[in-house]
Amino acid sequence: MLLINCPWCGPRDECEFSYGGEAHIKRPEDPDKLSDAEWADYLFMRTNPKGRFPERWVHTHGCNRWFNAVRDTVTHDISATYGMGEDGPEGQL
Amino acid sequence: MSRSRYSIFSLARNAYSHHRNWPKAWRSPEPKSAYDVIIVGGGGHGLATAYYLAKEHGLTNVAVLEKGWIGGGNTGRNTTIIRSNYLWDESAAIYEKSLQLYEGLSRELNYNLMVSQRGVLNLAHNQHDLHELSRRVSANRLHGIDSEILSPFQLKEMVPILNVSPDVRFPVLGASLQRRGGVARHDAVAWGFARAADARGVHIIQNCEVKGFCREEGRVTGVETTKGIIKAPKVGVVVAGHAGVVAEMAGLRLPIESHPLQALVSEPLKPLLHTVIMSGSVHVYVSQSDKGELILGAGIDAYNSYAQRGSIRIIEDMIAAAVELFPIFSRLRMMRQWGGIVDICPDASPIISKTPIDGLYFNCGWGTGGFKATPGSGWAFAHTIAQDRPHAINEAFGLDRFITGALIDEHGAAAVSH
Repeated sequence: MLLINCPWCGPRDECEFSYGGEAHIKRPEDPDKLSDAEWADYLFMRTNPKGRFPERWVHTHGCNRWFNAVRDTVTHDISATYGMGEDGPEGQL
Repeated sequence: MSRSRYSIFSLARNAYSHHRNWPKAWRSPEPKSAYDVIIVGGGGHGLATAYYLAKEHGLTNVAVLEKGWIGGGNTGRNTTIIRSNYLWDESAAIYEKSLQLYEGLSRELNYNLMVSQRGVLNLAHNQHDLHELSRRVSANRLHGIDSEILSPFQLKEMVPILNVSPDVRFPVLGASLQRRGGVARHDAVAWGFARAADARGVHIIQNCEVKGFCREEGRVTGVETTKGIIKAPKVGVVVAGHAGVVAEMAGLRLPIESHPLQALVSEPLKPLLHTVIMSGSVHVYVSQSDKGELILGAGIDAYNSYAQRGSIRIIEDMIAAAVELFPIFSRLRMMRQWGGIVDICPDASPIISKTPIDGLYFNCGWGTGGFKATPGSGWAFAHTIAQDRPHAINEAFGLDRFITGALIDEHGAAAVSH
């Protein structure tokens, strides 16, 4: 079971949260000009690393706010949580 | 290497020498410097691919590279269920091909896969479930796949220990039944394919991890491994949960996320469940092994992970569902729990495809339901590699479907919630 540090509520049990997948995927700024392949990359293609992974969570049964976390996909160790739109510890934004 | 066929006579003969003189089922050669085809991943799918490359396409200069031991990943971690009751034409074709191959495979491989067509039931717990199941049963029958709907009364008659009373939180309103579905011995599938592929000349190389790809003018010409560089003009990758990791070595992006999927085994019991029961809504699937243990499968953890374990809350949910469906299980003790890493595609359908890189082929995205597809997947992937184009049966499962938008949504038939 993960203990997740919500940036607003503090450390809470994993079952209070819902998962939002990979973080820092930017919505295309000019969608009309995108090719099908570029759309596919935005919609479906994912980085799926074995190791540190910036991802999104939402505190569904708490403050109901979204935030980002950097979690290791092997050890499940969460090294940072930070607000949406903020720069991650590795400068992902 | 001469190899005796397995039979009642070889069993009797070896009994006289106290089973000390059985020959090795497959060799363990050192890798050659080059092959015609390299298969990365020695699970059921990879070994099946190598077998069908040799059998159907005459390609015997083939190596299967496995970073651990064969069948030690998802092949040895699943709940051994086989069935073909999928919704869409494309899926029905490949899963049915696979089930048909399973039906003759023990004889073909001369290896007892313990295929037991004991029927697979999918339960409905609300009107929507019932409509979905009816739709799927109708679609199956149009494809010539056996499938029928059972009422709660018929269900109770078939499985007396199932609780079909209307006063539970998620009452059972009916079920679909595929009588040709059932279970097979998962390790035997890997070992049987390995033995048969080896007999046709395929090299099975264990403890050999792929670390990167050799490239010349864009195309893949081999792999860098922990046992050195091995060349081949064609490399097929079928590594399930680690598809994304290997794809990254080739600079390829896949529409795949890796998640843990768990299963449990109980203490052995007297025979009490003669069929397979799955419920996508309350989320549990259960069957009883020949040793008497109940094998229960759970759902996936929501988050990406490569740790081969899952979280306790998933097990809690699954056990709660199992006990509501089968009150008789309430004092059952569980012996083992484990997790495997499954590669989930957005449409819950696999990718068996050429890639934008010449000489590189990928077979992945089987997610929570790869075991049942093992022979069919290997058969189609072997064709794709040998002929350098997909067979009609896996044409729709290309990587390009995410660009064209022709997705094959099987979230209903996949039966494991993601």
